[in-house]
Amino acid sequence: MALIDRLGESLDSGRGGGVILSTVDSLIDWSRGKSLWAMPMGTACCAMELIAASFNKFDFDRHGTFPRPDPRHTDVMIVAGTITKKMAPAVKQLYEQMADPKWVIAMGNCAVSGGIFYYDTYSVVRGVDEFLPVDVYIAGCPPRPESLQDAVLRLRERIATESIAPDRRREAVLTLPTVGDISFGKRPGEGSADEESGSR
Amino acid sequence: MTAEIESDACFANRIEPGVDELVVNVGPSHPSTHGVCRVIVHLDGEIVTKAEPVIGYLHRGIEKMAENRTYLQVVPLTDRLDYVGSMYANWAYCRAVERLAGIQVPERAEYLRVIVCEMQRIASHMMSLGSAAADTGAATMFIYAFDQRERVIEAFEELCGARLTYNYVRPGGVSFDLPEGWTELVLQFCRDHRDGLELIDRLFFGNVIARGRMKHVGVLSAEDAVAWGASGPVARGSGVNWDARKHDPYSVYPRFDFDVPTGSNGDCYDRARVRLFECYESCRIIEQALSQMTPGPIKTPGMPRLLAPRPGDAYDQIESARGTLGVYLVSDGSVRPYRMKVRSPAFCNLALLPMLAEGHTLSDLVVILGSLDPVFGEVDR
Amino acid sequence: MNINELREHLCETYPDLCPLFSIEFGDGVLAVDADRLLDAATDLKELGFDRLSMVTAVDRPTHLELVYRLYSRSMTAALFIKCNVDREEPRVHSLVGLWPAALWQERETFDMFGIVFEGHPDLRRILLPDDWEGYPLRKDYRDDSVIRRPDYI
Repeated sequence: MALIDRLGESLDSGRGGGVILSTVDSLIDWSRGKSLWAMPMGTACCAMELIAASFNKFDFDRHGTFPRPDPRHTDVMIVAGTITKKMAPAVKQLYEQMADPKWVIAMGNCAVSGGIFYYDTYSVVRGVDEFLPVDVYIAGCPPRPESLQDAVLRLRERIATESIAPDRRREAVLTLPTVGDISFGKRPGEGSADEESGSR
Repeated sequence: MTAEIESDACFANRIEPGVDELVVNVGPSHPSTHGVCRVIVHLDGEIVTKAEPVIGYLHRGIEKMAENRTYLQVVPLTDRLDYVGSMYANWAYCRAVERLAGIQVPERAEYLRVIVCEMQRIASHMMSLGSAAADTGAATMFIYAFDQRERVIEAFEELCGARLTYNYVRPGGVSFDLPEGWTELVLQFCRDHRDGLELIDRLFFGNVIARGRMKHVGVLSAEDAVAWGASGPVARGSGVNWDARKHDPYSVYPRFDFDVPTGSNGDCYDRARVRLFECYESCRIIEQALSQMTPGPIKTPGMPRLLAPRPGDAYDQIESARGTLGVYLVSDGSVRPYRMKVRSPAFCNLALLPMLAEGHTLSDLVVILGSLDPVFGEVDR
Repeated sequence: MNINELREHLCETYPDLCPLFSIEFGDGVLAVDADRLLDAATDLKELGFDRLSMVTAVDRPTHLELVYRLYSRSMTAALFIKCNVDREEPRVHSLVGLWPAALWQERETFDMFGIVFEGHPDLRRILLPDDWEGYPLRKDYRDDSVIRRPDYI
């Protein structure tokens, strides 16, 4: 990763480097986005919809996304289900074990904000973004499998706006229309300097 | 060269069995643990000497939350208990509320409850068989089982709009009546499902590898099953012929003609077979119920919006896909339950894991856990 | 076997348990003291109650009430045992020796209410993390991280 950062900075600062940078960016974003392997951190009911989205009727594999249980094989962690205080350290550890670049999708109301378990419970973490930097939030209890696939497609579009030069943003055309149940988290480089802090 | 390979020199540095014990942590995030279960396994080579499940990774405090919700507001919470079988989780709670408040449910609602519960049983068993098979490596079987499950979920989506957490069975009845064409949809499903089950039977249960991995693994005797409080296919696989629908009947089950499949050996293979045959029986019950059902109200007329039952307590149970799911409700006369306790069959069945896994290999541990069929929303509540 | 037959059978076999038996809303309930629990449970197991279905507790205003539900397959009858324990020092004998089903259920009751079961081989928390303080299902459990649901109905 460090080599790519230096390459990005040098291309950005050099004369005529912008053309090379944009070509390199589009190549890297193409390769990163089109085959996002997902780590299913499925704890509760949303895990059933995550499994349903990955197999039979809804087939995630046609989008290039496949559930791999190993953090080191995956790019995006899909947190599907309620995260309790007992489970949170395990999720954090698995997130840290994932190799960069990595993204997080918070699937379902419980992962977004605590959901139905927001009130009166002593053991639920109210939203996985209390300790992880989330890129896409999907609302629903549980969200439909199509909604999850839609979120991965949108994440792919967002990845297309990234650049290997640290301060640059690419102008990518976001073709998918905005809908009410999917929203995006803060990107590193937009306001919050620390990627690991994960605060909203 | 050949002599070197054939000599015992290559085994010279083996670990002495019994001297070195390895402690392996399986979970809580693991592809084969059916949810968030952590098992701390002490291994002697490949043999498990001690397997200790650590649960609580999905403990959300549903019982405490129920104390601050009205009786109707608790129903969506019960959906999330056994999330693979929301219909019967709702029903167990509603039966306890109706017993506590003395509510009589109309007959059509009882029939509807039985139909959705049996369909949910099919969906749950397909999930269970599919993931148990995927644990042994049979990924195709997983897809076939999920195909059947998706048909049930589509039917439920037609009925109540939701795919997984239905909130359909309410105290006093059910929330929606059948839409047009639903009866034909379900009857067609029952016909197709029998073919699907036969396919699964030939594909998986006839397979020599599946038999080798599941037969004589995790043997549970009938006395142990009763003493340890096991219920459902786990107990019936060991020969304990007890099913709450037949031997402690409730609702309109006495009007149906069905059998209770029981195994004899108490191993993983028998438990899986019991689940398979229960699906056939569920199809029979659904067809009988659809033919016996008459038009009528689906909710108790005159049900108050805010239930305030008499002070006291009540317990009622149903036969879920995992065993006897019971709900114990204590009321103090107010609109909120004073205490709700869920007697979770998966919790009681999972207590058997240390006893069943001892002496088997690590790969058998995964198969045993699959055959006990835990759903952690119910285990941890 | 219905409730009245069960009462007769119980009174014939164990006359000293007879005055403790009552019928509440259609269920048979045996109310015992904490020190008599193990003897009563042993007698009931001999009577034919081979299955312990549920162990739980209820936090009443003055004491903690332990509720056990027993079931007999041979008699097709269920029976509740209710046992009051003191809130400050809740101790009662464990029933693991009679029914191994009590193993995890008593651990859960300890975890949620703090009732100590003497003789339990492995009494520690099961659902909450091991270092959790307090017993959540008690009515006086205070936790600042809990956000109480507003009282709209």
